Amino acid sequence: MSRVKANIEVLPRSVQVLLAFGLVALVIFPFSATDFYIQSVTRMMILAIFAMSLDLLQGVTGLVSLGHAAFFGLAGYALAYLMPQNVAASLWLTLPLAVLAAALAALVIGFFVVRTHGIYFIMVTMAFAQMVFYLFFDNKALGSSDGLYINFKPSVVLWGWPMMDLDNKTTFYYFVLGALVLVYAFLRRLLWSPFGRALGGIRINEQRMRALGYTTFGYKLSAFTLAGALAGLAGFLWAAQTGYINPELMGFHMSAHAVMMVILGGMGNFAGAIVGAFSFEYVLEVFKDLPTLGSIDLGKHWQLWIGLFIVLVVIVAPRGLLGLTQSWRGRRKAGDE
Amino acid sequence: MEFLIQLLNGVQYGLLLFLLASGLTLIFGIMGVVNLAHGSFYMLGAYLGYALSTQFGSLTLAIIGGAILAVAFGWALEWLLFRHFYERDHLDQVLLTFGLIYIFEELRSILWGDDVHSMPIPDLLSASIPLTENLSYPVYRLFISGVCIALALALYLLIAKTRLGMKIRAGAFNRDMTEALGINIKLIHAVVFALGIGLAAVAGIIAAPIASVYPNMGSQVLIMCFVVVVIGGIGSVRGALISALLVGLVDTFGKVWLSSVSGMLVYALMAIVLLWKPEGLFKQ
Amino acid sequence: MTTHSFTRRLVLSRSSALIGAAASGALLPALSLAQTGKVRVGLMLPYTGTYAALGVAIENGFRLAIDEQGGKLGGRDIEWFKVDDESNPAKAVENTNKLVQRDKVDVLIGTVHSGVAMGMLKVARESGTLLIIPNAGFNSATGALCAPNVFRTSFTSWQTSYPMGKVLADRKLKKVVTITWKYAFGEESVAAFSEGLTKAGGKVVKELWVPFPNVEFQALLTEIASLKPDAVFAFFAGAGAAKFVKDYAAAGLKGKIPLFGSGFLTDGVLEAQGAAADGLETTLHYGDGIDTPRNNAFRLAYAKAYKLQPDVYAVQGYDAGLLYASGMKAVKGNTGDKAALIAALEKSKIDSPRGPWTLSRAHNPVQNIYLRKVVGHENHVTSVAAKALADPAPGCKM
Repeated sequence: MSRVKANIEVLPRSVQVLLAFGLVALVIFPFSATDFYIQSVTRMMILAIFAMSLDLLQGVTGLVSLGHAAFFGLAGYALAYLMPQNVAASLWLTLPLAVLAAALAALVIGFFVVRTHGIYFIMVTMAFAQMVFYLFFDNKALGSSDGLYINFKPSVVLWGWPMMDLDNKTTFYYFVLGALVLVYAFLRRLLWSPFGRALGGIRINEQRMRALGYTTFGYKLSAFTLAGALAGLAGFLWAAQTGYINPELMGFHMSAHAVMMVILGGMGNFAGAIVGAFSFEYVLEVFKDLPTLGSIDLGKHWQLWIGLFIVLVVIVAPRGLLGLTQSWRGRRKAGDE
Repeated sequence: MEFLIQLLNGVQYGLLLFLLASGLTLIFGIMGVVNLAHGSFYMLGAYLGYALSTQFGSLTLAIIGGAILAVAFGWALEWLLFRHFYERDHLDQVLLTFGLIYIFEELRSILWGDDVHSMPIPDLLSASIPLTENLSYPVYRLFISGVCIALALALYLLIAKTRLGMKIRAGAFNRDMTEALGINIKLIHAVVFALGIGLAAVAGIIAAPIASVYPNMGSQVLIMCFVVVVIGGIGSVRGALISALLVGLVDTFGKVWLSSVSGMLVYALMAIVLLWKPEGLFKQ
Repeated sequence: MTTHSFTRRLVLSRSSALIGAAASGALLPALSLAQTGKVRVGLMLPYTGTYAALGVAIENGFRLAIDEQGGKLGGRDIEWFKVDDESNPAKAVENTNKLVQRDKVDVLIGTVHSGVAMGMLKVARESGTLLIIPNAGFNSATGALCAPNVFRTSFTSWQTSYPMGKVLADRKLKKVVTITWKYAFGEESVAAFSEGLTKAGGKVVKELWVPFPNVEFQALLTEIASLKPDAVFAFFAGAGAAKFVKDYAAAGLKGKIPLFGSGFLTDGVLEAQGAAADGLETTLHYGDGIDTPRNNAFRLAYAKAYKLQPDVYAVQGYDAGLLYASGMKAVKGNTGDKAALIAALEKSKIDSPRGPWTLSRAHNPVQNIYLRKVVGHENHVTSVAAKALADPAPGCKM
């Protein structure tokens, strides 16, 4: 049996400095980058939001979900249905509705899956996500396997006055950055709230929490729903950015991608999720763009390099990339808190 | 009559699934290691079998040669990597085996290329038995079913009725205690792991004549195998066999009766089973 | 380091304020290069995964066509950019943007998978970049979603399946069962076949569906046997096609209930299918054994250059090269005047190994669809099932 790992919840000073620098870097990045790179970093930020939403479920509450992308994709589809063919729909309408759709789905699915534990929970979440996937993949009315276009970016108009033009890549970038910061701040707050502490307690020992009088089912379901809603926010942003939604975005590979990003960065503190998302995407791009040495096209074999990278990180950094900052300060034994 | 034939189809598919999932039953079910690279071992086995059968011209030699190579590979992999992960979190195993999937996929591409290949069925087994005026049943599929039944029996006897099996189960349940009792748990783990990988690879070789050998063949099999092991209850060989048969029947009849939703049926089955019995059908 | 990769390197570090600005094409004044600098050709194809072999075949064909024209386009040298699309629709837009926004390619060539092509199409329509599709056959690319800057050198699912309907009806095989994967391309193929069959007086008695990408066919083969139709029409591709044809024969159905399909059932997988595919008839816009000087020369040149036998995918890539090269020649390499280039492309007559073809108004090939029969290890063309067939392009407003 495996032991429960202690999460790094209090961010060490070095990590806090890192995050501060990172925020500054993100804020000034668009001033010196072209559209392509602005879009790339926007995408990474959206994935960071997605990863953070899963971290709430996986890192904090200890519920590993292999079906989290279902909510990510559902919100994207909600936007696709709400967006008319010829004119842009309003952000104030589409964003809340998309997030609500994802949250409702999470509530319904969560009601069924949260009763299971451990590996069974993982499998049941995957099963439900696959069912949602096939629902969209198999039905022409829902777009079928070729997916749907979203013809416009949502319009942001307040009392007749256009506030932001989301078609502008830089504006969209700052919009997503704002969402990222808000979600991070909200989740950090939640982590230290009584609700967050209870979730942590459930992760470490659910029996004990129940003995203490907590209705753990309700807590877990709330966490599942909230995580689903935040994944929906990320999915909405993704669909708005690319303008194209496809069932693959709610598929197994997308869910596995999210699980990987969260574990890679370090679980339970949300900063790790951001680090995991950015570093995974960045490293992937580096590998894909590797030059040709002699007669060997290194970039072509990116799968080999990313596989080796993942294996290396797992061996060398048992608590994720963020956990590496801990080991510099000397060993600390992993154990129950 | 058609119903009976579909029943046969379902049972045969179920037995095939059990064969494919047998390696996972050992590694995941008995040892508790989440091995997402199971599909990759299946694929490597199939490509290895293809290479060997074109080299030697015989399926039997390919199976034997492939089995030996696969078990050796499994042993090496256990010693090199997996040994250090028994005590680690399930999630670390998830991440590790996920990385392995990428590595094996690319290795396969480098070693054997990206084309679709087929393995010839040995002449002895290539006939078909007529069932109705239109339909015949390939003997090779019956052969595979026979292999599966033998395998199921062997595994069951090994795990449930032998001392080795007892030690394996004890080691999976409580490693430290078992070691304290003087049992060489390291050796046992190595054996079981190598056997698990060997089974996955051999399943690939045996199934290849009817399944073809192609890139990404592992990923489709992977999810099905996990579904089978989980529905049956982790740790139970008998559970894995029964759930494999169940999945085979549901898939078969689902395609015929409920074709518009047949894609989701197996997942719906798993969801229903787990909601009714949250730890699988035959949890140990 | 190659000379252009510095401009492609992104330095992103969270702990330092060093942000690299990469602005590969943006710094180059677009106008002055439109006639003299290198032509930037962007290939977005599957280089890993299930369709990797197809991606390689398409690129090989494309390069062969360019090489035969002297290795230049409209007199200009070529700079190649490649992106692996991983056959993943979720990454389609970001991968296309690498070529369109980062590398600022003049032409986009891709791809195989229709879901990925949908993403490419979106980026191409919004950015105006020229897109030549060398395979993905989803109807809407030259139908409801057609655009002036989007061309296709392959086929539509309609074109490859519709003619088979009449072929079967003419042979008095009127009661047909269809079987395919339940996804967009399968559905489009069956719908087209159905249309062709019904028009010629036949009827689809039952449509059988296999969840994608499931390849366990036994249950449905049993069903086919009990339905006893006059014939079966199947669409499968790749490993699924290999397995289906083998399973069909092993179940004893071969010879009792004739099997037909669109060409993908037997293209690229004959070696894997072996004797099970003998005599199988399919419809496709190409056949290995087309005995014309053009095709023979092509096959020889391809085999010589790449030590492989070409297939329909190689031909499609080759034709994409021919099309673009001829357009560039007509405008003397001036990629700046998009309208002129598009007009030149539209007027192109492609002398293809499959036979000469032109483009429809929706920019899809108007081409012969051949009836082929598997003889030995070859898809041998027996007749022309439909001459100069143009896709009806429903919903295209061009």
